[in-house]
Amino acid sequence: MKRRYDMLVVGGGPGGAFAAKTAAEKGLSVCLVEKRPAIGTPVRCAEGIGKELLTDFLPPDPKWICTDIESAELVAPDGFSMLLEPSKAGNEIGYVLDRKVFDRELVWKAAEAGAETYVKARATAPIMRDGAVAGAVIEQHGKRYEIDADIVIAADGIESKFARWAGIDTTVPYRELETCAQYLMTGLDIDSTRTSFYLGNEVAPAGYLWIFPKGDGTANVGIGIGGGKSGNGHRAKDYLDRFIARRFPNGKTIELIIGGVSVCRPLPSTVADNMLIVGDAARISDPITGGGIYNAMYTGRLAGETAVTAIEAGDTSRDALMPYDTTWRASKMGKAIDRNYAIKEFFTKLNDEKLNSIVHSISKINLEHFSTLMLLKEIMKANPSLLLELRHLRSLL
Amino acid sequence: MLNIRRDICGYCGACVSVCPEGALELVDAYLTVEDTCSTCGICEKICPLGALEVIKE
Ligand SMILES: Cc1cc2nc3c(=O)[nH]c(=O)nc-3n(C[C@H](O)[C@H](O)[C@H](O)COP(=O)(O)OP(=O)(O)OC[C@H]3O[C@@H](n4cnc5c(N)ncnc54)[C@H](O)[C@@H]3O)c2cc1C
Ligand code: SF4
Ligand code: SF4
Repeated sequence: MKRRYDMLVVGGGPGGAFAAKTAAEKGLSVCLVEKRPAIGTPVRCAEGIGKELLTDFLPPDPKWICTDIESAELVAPDGFSMLLEPSKAGNEIGYVLDRKVFDRELVWKAAEAGAETYVKARATAPIMRDGAVAGAVIEQHGKRYEIDADIVIAADGIESKFARWAGIDTTVPYRELETCAQYLMTGLDIDSTRTSFYLGNEVAPAGYLWIFPKGDGTANVGIGIGGGKSGNGHRAKDYLDRFIARRFPNGKTIELIIGGVSVCRPLPSTVADNMLIVGDAARISDPITGGGIYNAMYTGRLAGETAVTAIEAGDTSRDALMPYDTTWRASKMGKAIDRNYAIKEFFTKLNDEKLNSIVHSISKINLEHFSTLMLLKEIMKANPSLLLELRHLRSLL
Repeated sequence: MLNIRRDICGYCGACVSVCPEGALELVDAYLTVEDTCSTCGICEKICPLGALEVIKE
């Protein structure tokens, strides 16, 4: 580890990896530190991603793609199921990834581009000069390093301690934290081209339960429930175990995955003097789906580009970095977060009766493209009364 | 005080994100709590596995 880099990246998830790769490709000296001994493990993800979202970043590779998803099933609280089959119109839905391999590949690419990478290396404090971030203290194998950098990228995921140590409040309001449990299961009798989503206050209060197939009768079977609904005897794992006892009594569990996903609003500001905050650390995950792989890669890449421009211009102040913040907010992704936040607020308050009627009402639609937005538009069309209640959202849809 | 049941904890970091005091920290697979913990019980509530318990003295 050197004493100084142009850019220091804290966290080796998709956000940090893309920031490092992008900046290293443009010739910056970059150091990426990851506190775990292995990139991508333990997995904290259901591993689903939309096809067009992924190909925006890298060509699909069978090494880290488990399955091709062609249809999705939405199951209402009363058990009624509706099928979304955009593949019939020639459109694809998405992939289920193998994130252990995927995340490692991304860091690998950053290293190939010239970034230095260190594992089991934890940032333990920012170095502050004149009230601004100027680097970080890194601890690795019992040694302590003080690393200076013109720009630090806080890509430390859901924990988001780095920005917090630098004075930015990153606390997720606990009601807006989806607390999740998932099993990788095998021996399941399922369609390996279809994802399933179960809704309802009995199944997954203020969240949903998912089945994401990974091929050969295996699948990620997981659940996220609203933090406000969680407590002793009714935690994410309790709900999941109940569902599995009913639906997959003979399935075998080969991995336990747990974690938290924020469904709050993104941080009010994702830049500070000499610092950019990306991905989950900036609370930039989708408030409806909880998806954050794309969002992390997108903001990571943008942060890398912004860092290059700022360093070339010799100004890494908050103002100089602000284009990062305004660009992602104005992007399709930023707008979707805004809209989906408002819709989530509404949907998590619905009772099962209302949820049933919504799923029934849209059971006959033929979605050509699969996206949350398309689905929402159909829901609104089929439920004029909802549209009335969601008046304030009309301009967003 | 906050008791961390290490036999249950799966070091996912969910609790770290909601702690209003920033008192929790994951050192790879080892969760630590600082004495700034106010025993508010938020982390105890949201842990997906139930690894945390606030013990009132
Ligand atoms: C159960 C579950 C299911 C999910 N399912 C999906 C899904 O199907 N699709 C989807 O798109 N998204 C999903 N997500 C969300 C997705 O996993 C995240 O949005 C994504 O991983 C965010 O990437 P990131 O790079 O911002 O952070 P992360 O991938 O979390 O990476 C952050 C990294 O920083 C490291 N780190 C933290 N602190 C430090 C430190 N001080 N020093 C050094 N390193 C540090 C961490 O160890 C970690 O490796 C799911 C999340 C969960 C919990
Ligand atoms: S939320 Fe629970 S399982 Fe996750 S790190 Fe905290 S105590 Fe451990
Ligand atoms: S009890 Fe409250 S203050 Fe203490 S660690 Fe948990 S969330 Fe933080």
